[in-house]
Amino acid sequence: MTGIATELLMQWLSNRLTPDQSSWFHTQLQKIAQSNSDRELHITLGMIPRKLGRADLLPSAEELSAADKHAPGWNPTHWSIDSTARIAVICHLASLRPEQFDDTLTDLIRNADLAESIALYSGVALYPQSSQLDNLIGEGLRTNIRSVFEAIAHNNPYPATHFDENRWNHMVLKALFIDSTLAPIYGLDKRANPELANILCDYANERWAAGRLVTFELWRCVGPFATGKMITDLERAAATDNQLEKQAALLALSDAPDQQGHQVLNSHPQVACQIASGELTWNTISENARASNA
Amino acid sequence: MMFIDPHAHMISRTTDDYEAMAASGIVAVIEPAFWVGQPRTHVGTYIDYLSAIIGFERFRAGQFGIRHYCTVGLNSKEANNEALAEDVMEILPRFALKEGVVAIGEIGYDEQTELEDKYFRLQLELAKELELPVMIHTPHRDKKRGTSRSMDVCEEHGMDPSKIIVDHNNEETVREVLDRGYWAAFSIYPSTKMGNARMVEILAEYGAERIMVDSACDWGISEPLGVAKTAKLALERGIPQDQVEMVCYKNALMAYGQSGQMHEDDWLNPTAIDQRTMYEGNSILRGGREPMVQETAVKRNANELIIE
Repeated sequence: MTGIATELLMQWLSNRLTPDQSSWFHTQLQKIAQSNSDRELHITLGMIPRKLGRADLLPSAEELSAADKHAPGWNPTHWSIDSTARIAVICHLASLRPEQFDDTLTDLIRNADLAESIALYSGVALYPQSSQLDNLIGEGLRTNIRSVFEAIAHNNPYPATHFDENRWNHMVLKALFIDSTLAPIYGLDKRANPELANILCDYANERWAAGRLVTFELWRCVGPFATGKMITDLERAAATDNQLEKQAALLALSDAPDQQGHQVLNSHPQVACQIASGELTWNTISENARASNA
Repeated sequence: MMFIDPHAHMISRTTDDYEAMAASGIVAVIEPAFWVGQPRTHVGTYIDYLSAIIGFERFRAGQFGIRHYCTVGLNSKEANNEALAEDVMEILPRFALKEGVVAIGEIGYDEQTELEDKYFRLQLELAKELELPVMIHTPHRDKKRGTSRSMDVCEEHGMDPSKIIVDHNNEETVREVLDRGYWAAFSIYPSTKMGNARMVEILAEYGAERIMVDSACDWGISEPLGVAKTAKLALERGIPQDQVEMVCYKNALMAYGQSGQMHEDDWLNPTAIDQRTMYEGNSILRGGREPMVQETAVKRNANELIIE
């Protein structure tokens, strides 16, 4: 698994780096392979942005599909050149010294600067899996730094494939708490569950009680399990003047297993029609939200 | 006017300070690794401290539209704990290459002991090897001789004065520091180091070349708006604007920019990845309101309710 990932990463890099940059990078990888200490590893990781730059990777459609084919959900859309190179080093290390890998990675993460933390966590789905890695990711999720949290939560298949329900639910809830977004969470719909739906409705009520806005995306994880009191909450959200929230609540009601949900939806015929025609989906809502924030 | 505060221990400051600094025109700060008010006794706490200033503090500053840089080093007080000092020297190289580390510092003398001397010299060698500038903390006691000695030692190690910033100067030290070709920094710190009015006198006498002003704000009674307030007073007292810009912005950028880790583009034209991940942008640079030094000073007041 790590071997193919390394090959893909190296190929993306070699398509973008100058010959000088490529040769520096290959030399460093050899030095790491030959060295008995972590010194070359630290120097290489530290020098990568200086030598290779910090531009966006901007992967092509073919590269994205190769990534997803290799590890479903691996989505490097927002990766940069330096983070790609750092992840390549880590994958290289995993095949060089598998028995020390977890300890080395733990040490690197403990000493990481912001950009390194983001890079190291973005690549976790590509590393050899272990309980120590899982603990590291749990630690990473506890961060207060939104971009580090998002390196794990967004466009990363690790949470959907590894988290138990409690950790998954808390990740979704934390994303809302730190003003992050839910749409980029891989497996958001697949991992939705009744417990999360209940927690999110409680959270929405807490926000209403405090006179605060409720993030429209929250309802996406509520819809498929909405019955009883949850339908009432969705009805309330659908009655707001905020277009995004209204559309989201009605979209959630269209997923509800409860007949009562469909009655509420039908009392908003215009939006119900947009949903039925496929004109209004979670993707279009998220795109509209992004456009109105930009 | 844009300002840089090239010496600010933001880890000890509140978000009110960040807000006030951003509103006063600060676009970037440099956080030197220092003594935290109480001795650290384990290398582990040092590691976590250095991780905090290269990580979380950088993120915190970015939320207020301020770019955050730092220096790493073993400070002179803790150099006297030999066991700790040895361990810290071991881990310093790996932190020195982190993003946004603009110098080895603040290093130098406190009581001018043998151990202080030993670790000062070792860190000068490290800076030379990694081609990083050095920020020197000059001692509070026996300052004049301590400052001269710091420069003597730098020269013994073949250091280039144009890559060394000698900090916490006063009227008694500035002449020699400038004459020997070093950058001279002044900490506008109430009661102990330097005051606004004295600073303006120094600018009138020495001009702006190789001089920079900082706040050195920390856990003590200090003034995070030291740079902005000094600039205001200097302009009022007739120091030309271009000179004020040099001492409150350009010289710090020039001196610490020699690390290759600090560029004007970082705040004027940040990279896409930074905008997505660590830097929320500065409302003043985005064409927001005029810088206001005084505005936030009255915020800490029990009559200001949290209305929401």
